[in-house]
Amino acid sequence: MNPLIPQSAPDAVLGAAADAAASTRAVEMPVGIPGYTLREEKRTVPASEPPVLPVNKDLNYIGKPTERWDGLEKATGRARYTADVQLPGMLYASFVNARIPHAKIVSIDTSEAENYPGVKGVHVMQHELGNAVLRNPALDQSRYPVVRYAGQPIAAVAAATQEAAEEAAAKVKVKYEALPFVVDQNLAREPNAPQVFPGPADEAGSAGGGGGDSSVKQKGNIHGPSVNKHGDAEQGFKDADVIVDAHYTTQVQTHSALETHGVVADWKPEMLTVYASTQGTASVRAELAGFFKLPMSKVRVITEFMGGGFGAKFGAGNPGVAAAALSRKTGAPVRLMLNREEEHLSVGNRPSSDQRLRIGAKKDGTITAIQLISYGTAGCGTGAGCAGPATNLYKWAALHTEENDVFINAGPASAFRAPGHPQGAFALEQSIDDLAAKLQMDPIDLRDRIDENPVRRVQRQIIRESAIWKSRNPKANADAGPIKRGVGLSQSVWYRFINRNSAAEVRVHKDGSLEILSAVQDIGSGIKTVLAQIVAEQFGVPPAKIAVKVGDTNYPVGPNSGGSVTTASLTPAARDAAWQASRKFLASIAPALHTTAADLSISDGKVHSASGKFQPISFRAAAAKMDTDQVSAQARRVADYDPHHYNTYGGVDIAEVAVDTGTGRIHVKRVLAVHDCGRPMNPTQTISQINGGMIQGISYTLFEHRLLDPNYGLMMNANLDKYKIAGSLEIPEIEVQLTESYIGQSSTDASGIGEAAGIISAGAAIGNAVFNATGVRIRQLPMTPAVVLAAFNQPQSTLEALNGEAR
Amino acid sequence: MGERTSSPPETLPERNPTEQARQPASGGLTRRGFLKGAGITAAGTALLDGLQGVQSQAAETGPAGVKEYGPNAAAVTLRVNGRERAVHIEPRTTLAEALRVHLGMTGTKISCDRGVCSSCTVWLDKMPVNSCMTLALDAVGHEVTTIEGLSEDLERHAVIESFVRHDALQCGFCTPGMVMSSAALLERNPHPTEADVRMAVSGNLCRCGTYPKVFAAVLDAAGRHAQKA
Repeated sequence: MNPLIPQSAPDAVLGAAADAAASTRAVEMPVGIPGYTLREEKRTVPASEPPVLPVNKDLNYIGKPTERWDGLEKATGRARYTADVQLPGMLYASFVNARIPHAKIVSIDTSEAENYPGVKGVHVMQHELGNAVLRNPALDQSRYPVVRYAGQPIAAVAAATQEAAEEAAAKVKVKYEALPFVVDQNLAREPNAPQVFPGPADEAGSAGGGGGDSSVKQKGNIHGPSVNKHGDAEQGFKDADVIVDAHYTTQVQTHSALETHGVVADWKPEMLTVYASTQGTASVRAELAGFFKLPMSKVRVITEFMGGGFGAKFGAGNPGVAAAALSRKTGAPVRLMLNREEEHLSVGNRPSSDQRLRIGAKKDGTITAIQLISYGTAGCGTGAGCAGPATNLYKWAALHTEENDVFINAGPASAFRAPGHPQGAFALEQSIDDLAAKLQMDPIDLRDRIDENPVRRVQRQIIRESAIWKSRNPKANADAGPIKRGVGLSQSVWYRFINRNSAAEVRVHKDGSLEILSAVQDIGSGIKTVLAQIVAEQFGVPPAKIAVKVGDTNYPVGPNSGGSVTTASLTPAARDAAWQASRKFLASIAPALHTTAADLSISDGKVHSASGKFQPISFRAAAAKMDTDQVSAQARRVADYDPHHYNTYGGVDIAEVAVDTGTGRIHVKRVLAVHDCGRPMNPTQTISQINGGMIQGISYTLFEHRLLDPNYGLMMNANLDKYKIAGSLEIPEIEVQLTESYIGQSSTDASGIGEAAGIISAGAAIGNAVFNATGVRIRQLPMTPAVVLAAFNQPQSTLEALNGEAR
Repeated sequence: MGERTSSPPETLPERNPTEQARQPASGGLTRRGFLKGAGITAAGTALLDGLQGVQSQAAETGPAGVKEYGPNAAAVTLRVNGRERAVHIEPRTTLAEALRVHLGMTGTKISCDRGVCSSCTVWLDKMPVNSCMTLALDAVGHEVTTIEGLSEDLERHAVIESFVRHDALQCGFCTPGMVMSSAALLERNPHPTEADVRMAVSGNLCRCGTYPKVFAAVLDAAGRHAQKA
């Protein structure tokens, strides 16, 4: 582990040289899907790696449905989240936020606020984190950061009570020089639109949807295009027998985690300690150390429990910096948790999209060309690209994608569960169904033709044989109505990302107790439980008995939890540490047992002597023989065993809908979700995440919509009563089937499921189901009753023209 | 406001139970009155008899017995989980703030702070209410039950253990409120259907999308809860 290595460094920099110098050994690993394609393949692995882990059915704890390690703490309210942290003398802080969408700040008068009863300090923001940054900062010519959106934090007030902080914040006088603004994405694309930035601007950590990087040109508010060309797309369309050409739009979605962003910062001369609601303790430490020029050794970040992030909670951000600055100024711990309105406005969202998608194909379904031209807004940030699915889901002869970010005066987007992919798949997977209809092919047959991924192939077979799919009438609009039923399918794709900046330590104590430590945070996906299972498997002790200590940068460095990297990155390090600790443990007990470590082994919770020196003894009894109170081993993630093998994950999902053609309301009745994530470590939690991804996807598809008022530039529904999220009455019956899929890549061969888990495919699965039910395509999100009725009322000729269906 | 419908509405609201409660019977809408009515959760609207119980007790304090508070903080006694707890609060302090900030009982969560997500659900005389929309002063004289209180008797409230067994939680932030709504359902209806469970937690938002397992957990707990009740 080397905390100085930047996280973005490629594996080659991260110690591949050291790995190469180490000795290796050849192993046979299970690869493929049990019951379908399971086989053994050769891999060359570092000699220090533990023995190959058999498939789940041959294990005791890994891969078994396991109760969430901290479930009882959460269900009883004992779990302490950042919002629950109370320190002696703690102050409460509140932001002063911009109330207009675009302005230069002329002056900020904090005097009245500073004299307000109970107030201990005021901090004026000198930097805005999250917004794109001008390539030439001099263009702003402003004493304070320019306001780019309503809700941008300007200052923060710390006081003895939350009420005093809020009241004093209202006393801060901000004088603005208002600038013209634009909050409508289409208007922002006009040549004479108000400019969000006076010159090209980029975002270092973008919303992750592609297209945002600084090599891309910018004209007006359009940051793009980011172009990706393979082969000759125009020739591909000439070669095509059929072309589908359609226009899709998707809305902005806010993350709306139930615990808002926030921190409790405690600045002491010897150490800055920060409790943070974050997906990356490491990212918060790095940003604070960098911002305040502190050594990393003097910044400690703690995340015991975390109330949801979905991609929006990385780094210290404006709340972290403001709270730390206030704590330094006041000499007291400062709590700054955003309120619900701020959570909607200033800490991220999923960018919108406006996509023109053309697909050309031969009569047999072979795709000759895909062309995607997209415009999306990430507010005053970047990363609204959505070409991932079009690029990676199917085989094509030629590809041409252009992704454009459109700046508007709204809060910057941030990564949101499978960045870019729900938008991209909503378009691609509906157009693939259009293509199937044009070719008079079954949607699954067509996908079998154009998708060679062996895992998806098995998953489609499972779908094909399911009761829901069998109940689908291949003919669209077959029901008489007024309520029409339909079934639709969509696939999803995500990628095997690894963060080798991941380590764990396993300790064995003389009383037989075991603990595992890592700075990794459990964001609700259940890494604590999985770490416990790994130690349990090694020592034969039930997971509930393992002490799991995570969410603290005092422990070995953990990966930031984004892009489904946590399980894939950390579990091999944890297993390696458990294996190495077990070797040290056996060496430590060997003298008292009058044998050598090589004679000893642990299995099924017992220590065995190969030479038969003694009958198997319990692990606990063996631990009492240790020649020290504690042995421990720390291991860091080694490189994937077969780095040239690029793995994707995904799934095939189907949804059954009932469309009320009178009201335009879509009811999702049943969902079957078939997904893979390598070796499922804990099917219980994996299924929970897929349920959740699917429900978030349904919510995105039918309900969620950030609404900005074009006249004032304010968000009109920055709360949870007007920003509608799916609730208990809108949840379909969901069946999840996990595809256990081995890839021979690491000592656990596991991966995460967060991104691929339904959010990508829900929109298109529902869209395809609505088409199957009604014969009408909905190419706009959210599919509110008004949108659905409008589509029903379009003359079919207009629809054809709108969809641009050439040929 | 103060008056509430005494007969069950035709259909229960899906998300926002405050719509019916916020109709003033006569006179205008006051913040205090609004908060009093708006505190009732979706689970609470289904419990009209309980609701009337609170109403009648509130009425007993009547105009003649009204004690005036504010604007400064005053000492009052809340009865929380069977114990008398002295708190020094301003009249505007919500029950959620009193519990979390003044009593350090952080099992009750605040998420939307306007009565729509039900993360802050506690019981007031066994009726689930949104504690972010209930003034602490209005809880005086009533029995407040929080997740900490419910957790004292895991045997009795099988729903907590059932949530864990069914993995009816992910990040866990909505879970205490979800448990309080679910347990209240089992208190009044030992044999609920899935539709009953959905209605009981229809005000409880879960952004992780754990609902299917919540339904399973509550239905599974129902049988065992009924045996003990």
